[in-house]
Amino acid sequence: MKRLFFMLVIFLSGYAQAQLTNITISKGVDNPTRIAVVPFGFSGPKLTEDIPDIIRNDLNFSGQFESIGVDKMISYPQSESEIRYRDWKAINAEYLVVGKITLANGRYTASYELYDVVQQKKVLSTITVDGGPEQLRDIAHRISDKVYETITGIRGIFSTKIIYVEAFSRPAKSRLMLSDVDGARPRVLFESKQPLLSPVWSPDGTRVAYVSFETERPAIYVQNISTGKREQVTNFKGSLNGAPAWSPDGQKLAMVLSKDGNPEIYTLDLTTRVFTRVTNSFAIDTEPSWTIDGTGIFFTSDRGVKPQIYKVTLASGITERVTFDGDYNARGRVSPDGKSLVMVNKRTSLYQIAAQDLKTGNLRILTETNYDESPTIAPNGAMLMYATSVGGKGILGAVSLDARTRVRLPSKQGDVREPAWSPFF
Amino acid sequence: MITKAMKYGLTLAVVTTFLVGCSSSDKKKPAPVAAAPVAVEQAAPVVEKQVANVVYFDFDKYDLTPEARAILLAHAEKLKGASTSVRLEGHADERGSREYNMALGEKRAKAVRDFLALQGVKAASLETVSYGEERPVATGHDETSYSQNRRVEVKY
Repeated sequence: MKRLFFMLVIFLSGYAQAQLTNITISKGVDNPTRIAVVPFGFSGPKLTEDIPDIIRNDLNFSGQFESIGVDKMISYPQSESEIRYRDWKAINAEYLVVGKITLANGRYTASYELYDVVQQKKVLSTITVDGGPEQLRDIAHRISDKVYETITGIRGIFSTKIIYVEAFSRPAKSRLMLSDVDGARPRVLFESKQPLLSPVWSPDGTRVAYVSFETERPAIYVQNISTGKREQVTNFKGSLNGAPAWSPDGQKLAMVLSKDGNPEIYTLDLTTRVFTRVTNSFAIDTEPSWTIDGTGIFFTSDRGVKPQIYKVTLASGITERVTFDGDYNARGRVSPDGKSLVMVNKRTSLYQIAAQDLKTGNLRILTETNYDESPTIAPNGAMLMYATSVGGKGILGAVSLDARTRVRLPSKQGDVREPAWSPFF
Repeated sequence: MITKAMKYGLTLAVVTTFLVGCSSSDKKKPAPVAAAPVAVEQAAPVVEKQVANVVYFDFDKYDLTPEARAILLAHAEKLKGASTSVRLEGHADERGSREYNMALGEKRAKAVRDFLALQGVKAASLETVSYGEERPVATGHDETSYSQNRRVEVKY
């Protein structure tokens, strides 16, 4: 009887979550780690969020895990004494998460434990996470981060955020959106009838720089994410004002301007407001992206006829070509460990996301669709998100940097494009 | 089968001849009736041609095609010595990265501006702006749409 009741609760909460959590795994690792996240015990009115369900989706999203469905579980332990390992071996679970939630003084406390089923031992002793009623998803993401890091050794990204652009036609409208990494809890940061593009997070995660055409001309804006306060930082009439990129220390913005006649890379010191020109060629130079140590800038240029990625060392001005594989390489972004450069690559007629090993020069294609663009790397360097389209509608996809796993995020109302993955908070 | 193909070819040839005939006679034709009174009121040159306001570009290119030059020469004639300010809006097709396409649209708009300036149009009266791939006129995902989207619009 107790179990039947539990099933009912799970069914109902599953229904409430359906809209947010339909992440599609299009390709997973050959041997994902099977993990069972048991429904958490809670004696109280139904919660607005199903914490274990969010954890399951988070872990599935990484592509490295396969969460076992609640309907496959034989028992529902809430503490160590209730665990019978044979129940979990029977369904091939390798890891087990059990927990419970309590409510006191308007705050929820989730306590959980992680067990290794194969070795029949506790891996994580009771950990508690607490938060207000609006933070149930945050609690779930925190647990996912800890479980993921404990098992893989890589810091989890489930508590990070994404900013993206959502575009509508008839009537034309663009929205700058902020959401959880899984697409949940979307919030409008800015809305305009004119195009918005190229959002990038400041390294400290407090501000976003982007391009807005709200004045019928492009201009770069910096917006404080929590207060919403906006500041226009460039406004060169008759010029490109685009592709903002924060320096790693957050003190400068690199960008493309054509105020001196040609698309060139400039840096803007945000304190002194001084612009410094970095490139000088008759070709297109755009899409700056800083090296990890901030001493150089990668950028796209067609100075060799076809667009390729180059790197300029700021102190010397010495410029070298970085990409050679394919007849179109653009919009480079370097991984947090500085070892890989991801980009939009075209070979034959497909535009796909590729990663180049900066030491060996080897390039590997990470995506399998066409017109894939705007790659943005997770702060742990394990995954990247990109924009693609399905049936003519713009959606976001994510892929691991080793291309072993690929997921598709839930579809939104409009055309979704230009994801920007936040730093760790 | 052969006759069918020949018939088809013949039809194409006839249609093509007709179209070519139309467009060439269009160019020689004086301005449409609606435009004429304006010309008279302003006491401007009597014959004002109906000129296309859009010029097109090849994929990933920003140099002017002969067709684009012909159209822009007509605009230059109209603009020379006039104080009209014109906005040149550059665009790209959707393929490739957005900011690179923004730069492509910019290069296209600047190519048009430079050409007009070379023909004697005051550069100060020409403002360029690029919308990259953000404002397509055709929303299909094929070359037919792409070729219409790689353009500069001359806006009076």
